[in-house]
Amino acid sequence: MSTEPYIILSAILFTIGCVGVLVRRNAIVVFMCVELMLNASNLALVTFAKANGNLDGQIAAFFVMVVAAAEVVVGLAIIMTIFRTRRSASVDDASLLKY
Amino acid sequence: MIEFSKPHIEYDLLWPLLLVFGVACLGVLVEAFLPRGRRYVAQTALALVGTAAALGGVIFVGVGLDDHGDARGTIAAEGALAIDGPTVFIWGLLLAITLAGVLLFAERRLEGGVSAFAGQAAALPGTDAEREASTRGLDHTEVFPLMMFAVGGMMVFASANDLLTLFVGLEVLSLPLYLLSGLARRRRLLSQEAALKYFLLGAFSSGFVIYGIALVYGYAGTMGFAGINDAISNSTESRTLLLIGIGMISVGLLFKVGAVPFQSWTPDVYQGAPTQVTAFMAAATKVAAFGAMLRLFYVAFGSERWSWAPMLWVIAVLSMVIGAVLAIAQTDIKRMLAYSSITHTGFIITGLIGARASSGLGEGEITSTQAVLFYLVTYGFMTVGAFGVVTLVRDAGGEATHLSRWTGLGKESPLVAGVFALFLLGFAGIPLTAGFAGKWAVFASAMSAGAWPVVVIAVLTSAMAAFFYIRVIVLMYFYEPVGDGPSVTLPSFMTATAIGVGALATVVLGVVPGPVLDLAAHAGEFIR
Repeated sequence: MSTEPYIILSAILFTIGCVGVLVRRNAIVVFMCVELMLNASNLALVTFAKANGNLDGQIAAFFVMVVAAAEVVVGLAIIMTIFRTRRSASVDDASLLKY
Repeated sequence: MIEFSKPHIEYDLLWPLLLVFGVACLGVLVEAFLPRGRRYVAQTALALVGTAAALGGVIFVGVGLDDHGDARGTIAAEGALAIDGPTVFIWGLLLAITLAGVLLFAERRLEGGVSAFAGQAAALPGTDAEREASTRGLDHTEVFPLMMFAVGGMMVFASANDLLTLFVGLEVLSLPLYLLSGLARRRRLLSQEAALKYFLLGAFSSGFVIYGIALVYGYAGTMGFAGINDAISNSTESRTLLLIGIGMISVGLLFKVGAVPFQSWTPDVYQGAPTQVTAFMAAATKVAAFGAMLRLFYVAFGSERWSWAPMLWVIAVLSMVIGAVLAIAQTDIKRMLAYSSITHTGFIITGLIGARASSGLGEGEITSTQAVLFYLVTYGFMTVGAFGVVTLVRDAGGEATHLSRWTGLGKESPLVAGVFALFLLGFAGIPLTAGFAGKWAVFASAMSAGAWPVVVIAVLTSAMAAFFYIRVIVLMYFYEPVGDGPSVTLPSFMTATAIGVGALATVVLGVVPGPVLDLAAHAGEFIR
């Protein structure tokens, strides 16, 4: 089985996530795009584990999932707080700190 | 059926690290089971005793490390962590900074009996709920366990010997810091905004790290640093994966240290976060991240030096120049110190591109590892002290961070202004302060590796940076106070101790840098 298509798919997913973080305005959507980047990495890790014939990459994918879950807890807490304060989750509205 | 063999964990070497995590977990239990009134004392005592015990443990472990000629130490936990000289040095430094950090966190006198953290983070700013929390004198004592988790993550990060542990350490140190940045008692909108920016950009950069890890793993077929180095030396395959991977991992690490072009979060977060958190974070994160960077670049990517060294040349120059130029334009003291920390990142990276092994050195020259470790000591203590002073200068609205509020501080409080001037002179690198010794060390190590263009620019930038440090000193001493003038609130012994230790280190390391330089040299090389 060729592993190349999976790597290309993961690169495409990562790019979508990356561009999404840069162009989207809503903090929740930005955050979802970050999760997409992490999951693209998971796909790459598992594919390389298959290509290299060892399990390191698959184990790493588990850790990345746990990290992503922990990040959701912290991230949503922060986004929730800012939404309750400002009635908006737009990253453009949070602009008191600049220059 | 694969048979499982029990992993061998070197508890005798790892117990200071496990102790820190244990203290953090105990702190969570304290939050759950003790009544509110008793938590503050319990948490402070737990954090102080735990950190001090871990610091003692690190010294004990450091003295007993195995000696292998150039390097000392052991690869522990089945290859996940390297407990060697530099690791022990960085652990010790981190825990010392943490002790000062705990003292700053525990300060209650400045706010009139409560800490600098939000009474109730969930209560909206400007509502009855917030006022009630404030009149009842509520406190978030969760900051202590959060801090201990962050410290544990930093220790893992700095000692990680494979890519996965590196990533896990990075996240464990980052997540508590995102939360801590958002917990200020005053100016809560700024603080929450800082947390949001720090979180989104931090998560973005850790996405890059993990994808870079996947690519390097794809190239090398292993996550272990030593295995990656072997693969680089022996493999004849295309290096595309490896080079993109190194680049992406570097993005994440350079983000954490706040190097240009990944610095944009630094001023916002340093300004918005509670100053106590800024003091701790600015010093400790940088120490841990540079420890991890040194190990990653020298141990894992050591054979690929020709491809990452030019990148670091450019980033060092950019960080120094852009940090210094933008710092000149700042009107907020915390923001100015943030830009100054970006400049310092540039100086430390200058040390990073220096000579790697002690074997290739002439008499009196020093290795990069030694230079960077020494610089981190000087920078860490000065930063904690300087931000500690910022917490003292206050007006009715809390800390008076605008530079105009600092005019004439020398008349209002000669002692505080004097100590702050000392830190600024240290940052500027005036001889007989720690900053000078640190700069001399990194420049010398970069010179010995032939990076003279970077050193020339670094010296010129130091001169430029001196301008905005001296400007604050002039402002404090040679101008009359405007209006009411700034007022200095007397701190309790805790903040005073933290600032005092910082000031003492600034002077002692400047006058007699020898012992700490020797200690850094004694730490030796990274173990493989």
